[in-house]
Amino acid sequence: MAEIRLSGIGVSEGIRMGKAIRYAHGVQNQQFADIAEAGVAQELKRLAEAKEKSIQETEKLIEQAQQTVGTEKAGVIAAQKSILLDPTFCPEMEKLITKKLFSAEKAVEQIVKQVAAIFENMPNEYMRERAADVKDVGSRLLAALTGAKDINLADIREEVILIADDLAPTDTVQLNKKYVLAFATQKGGKTSHTAIFSKTLGIPAVIGIATGFDQVRDGDTVIVDGTGGICIIHPSEATIRSYSEKMAKESKAESAWQAYAAQEAVTQDGHRVEIGANIGTVADARYAVEQGAEGIGLLRTELIYMSEASLPDEETQFNVYKDIVRVMGDKPVIIRTLDIGGDKELPYLKIPKEMNPFLGYRAIRLCLDQKPLFVTQLRAILRASAYGRIRIMFPMISGIEEWRSARAIVEEVKGQLRAEGHVFDETIEVGIMVEVPSVAVMAAQFAREVDFFSIGTNDLVQYTLAVDRMNEKIDYLYDHFNPSILTLLHTVVQAAHAAGKFVGMCGGMAGDPKAVPLLLALGLDELSMSATAIRKVKHAVSQMELKQCNALLEAVLKMSTAQDIRLKVDAFCAENGI
Amino acid sequence: MIVVEGILQNKTGFHIRPAQLFMEKANEFKAGIRVKNAEGMEADGKSILGLMTMGFEYGSKIIIEADGDDEEPAAKALLDLVNSKFGEE
Repeated sequence: MAEIRLSGIGVSEGIRMGKAIRYAHGVQNQQFADIAEAGVAQELKRLAEAKEKSIQETEKLIEQAQQTVGTEKAGVIAAQKSILLDPTFCPEMEKLITKKLFSAEKAVEQIVKQVAAIFENMPNEYMRERAADVKDVGSRLLAALTGAKDINLADIREEVILIADDLAPTDTVQLNKKYVLAFATQKGGKTSHTAIFSKTLGIPAVIGIATGFDQVRDGDTVIVDGTGGICIIHPSEATIRSYSEKMAKESKAESAWQAYAAQEAVTQDGHRVEIGANIGTVADARYAVEQGAEGIGLLRTELIYMSEASLPDEETQFNVYKDIVRVMGDKPVIIRTLDIGGDKELPYLKIPKEMNPFLGYRAIRLCLDQKPLFVTQLRAILRASAYGRIRIMFPMISGIEEWRSARAIVEEVKGQLRAEGHVFDETIEVGIMVEVPSVAVMAAQFAREVDFFSIGTNDLVQYTLAVDRMNEKIDYLYDHFNPSILTLLHTVVQAAHAAGKFVGMCGGMAGDPKAVPLLLALGLDELSMSATAIRKVKHAVSQMELKQCNALLEAVLKMSTAQDIRLKVDAFCAENGI
Repeated sequence: MIVVEGILQNKTGFHIRPAQLFMEKANEFKAGIRVKNAEGMEADGKSILGLMTMGFEYGSKIIIEADGDDEEPAAKALLDLVNSKFGEE
C-alpha cells in the first residue's frame, strides 16, 4: 500500500512508530429499535444501571484527572456528573421509554441530541462548546448500555498508536503513556483541552488532521511525528528507515540528557546559569521539578482564568498559587499577572474584536483598566507569598508610567492586606517582562526602578521585526538570531547589571540549545523554558566554555544578517557537540 | 406559591458555576422551583441543564417561583444567591 502523509498540528513533541488502533468515541451511527410494551420495565432497569455505571465511571475519571492534569482542569469533568444527575436528563429518557416505547439506547440518543442542539444554538461561544460535554455524557451512557463494544482506553495493554476522530478530555486523561505511544486525531485545535492535556502527560500528538483517516485500519503501521506535525500511514521502507534513525537519535539524546536533570547548569570553566521552567498549573510544577527546574521563571496565570467559566475569585487563585509554591519548596517562583488579549481570549471578559489584537487592549493595559480584577489577583499572589519565594511580574509594559501605576497598585493592595491582618512577604520583588521594544531601548531607565527583568523573546521578536508569528507566509522572517534582537538583548542585560538587577529570559529562545552560547555570553542570570527543554539546555551549557562563548558573541555582534549569525552559531554548536 | 424577581448582576452571566450553585441551593429545599426569564421561557430550578440553557446574561431579569412547604425560605435563599452575584465580582 502506498505511503500517505497527513499533516496536522503537532501539539506534543516526539516521534513514535507503531500499530494503529482506531478509536470511535462512543457508539455512532447505529439504528436503535423500539420495544414492545412488555419490555418497558426491562428498559427502565437497563437505563438505571447504565446511569449508575456512568456515574461511577465519571467519579473515577474525576479522581484520575485530579492526579494527571490537576484539580482545576478536572472541573470540566465534574460538570458531567451534574448532567448525569440532572432531573431533565435521564428522567426525560425514562419518559420516552414509557410513553413512546423507545429502547433505552434510542431514548439516550434522542435526549442527548435535543440537549446538545439547545447548547449548539446558543449565542455565546462558551455555551456552544458545552454541547461536547453533553455528547460525552451520552456516549458514556450508550457504551454502558451496549456493553463493551467500546475499547476502554484505560485498559489498553499493548503498545499502540491511537487514531481517533476526536478525543474528549475524559478520553485523554485515561491514556496510559506506557502503552499509548502517541495519538493522532482529526479534530481539535492548538488550545483544545486535549492538546493541553497531551502535553502535560508527555504523549506525542498530532491533531487537526483534516482528511485521510478512513485509510487507516487496525494494525496498520503508523508514524506520529508530534514535533513536525505529521502523521504517516503505511510508511515506505525508506521512510521507516529514516524515521527509525530520527527516533534513535531522539532517544539517544534523551538518555544522554537524562543525567543532567539533577545537575546545575555550569560551563566547563565554572560559569553557572539558573534554569527555570515556564508553567501554567500545579501538575506542570511537579513535572518541572522532575525535569530539573531550579525555579519557576514564568507562571502563566491566564491558564487559571481560561479553565474557569467566569473570573476565578481570590480564594481559587490563592489556592493554586499556594499549591504551586509549596511544590517548589524554597525555589523561586515568578508569577506573571494576567496576560490576556492578543491570541489568548477569555470568553467571559467579552473583549471586543480588534484589528490588531497584539497591539491592542491586552495584558497590563487591560489590568490597569479593570482594576478590581487586577486587585483580586494581586491579593491572591501576595497572600500566597507567605508560603514561599514569590516574585511578581507585569507583562506587556511599554512605558514607565504603566510600570509605576501597576507598582502603586501593588503597594495599595499590600496596605489592604496589612490592615486586614494577612501575612505576606513584605519585601516581595516586583519586576517586568521585557517584550516591547520601547522597554528594551529604555532598559537603563527601567532598571533604576524595577527589581528584575525577564525577557519575553516571543513577543519581543514579533514586535521588533514586525512579524506576525502565526502568518505562514512570512514566518521565515521570525528569527531570534536577527542582529537587531541580539543588540536589544545586549542592551537590556548591560542595563540591568549596571544597576545591579537580576535579568532572566522566559521566551522560546531560552529553550533553544543553539542559543545557549550567546545567552551565556550575554550574561543572563536565568533561563526559563518549557520543562521538556530543561535537560537539553543543561546539557548544552555543560558542553560550553564561557570564554569561547564570549568570543563568539563578540564576533556575532558585528554581523549584519541573521543568516550569517546562524551559520556561525551552527558551526560553533557543532564543534561543541550540540 | 411565592414569586420573587431579581436581576442577574454577574458580568459573566449564568455559566456552569452559577448554574451549579443555584441548582445545589434549590435542591436543599423541598419546594418545587421554577425559573423564568422576561421572555416567558422557563426551566426547572433544580436542573443545571435547564438553568444553563435559559441564556441568562448580565442584566437579565430572573423570576423565581417556589411552591411547597418551605417555599418562603427557598425563594429568599435563591434570590439572595442571585443578589450576591454568586460570590463573583
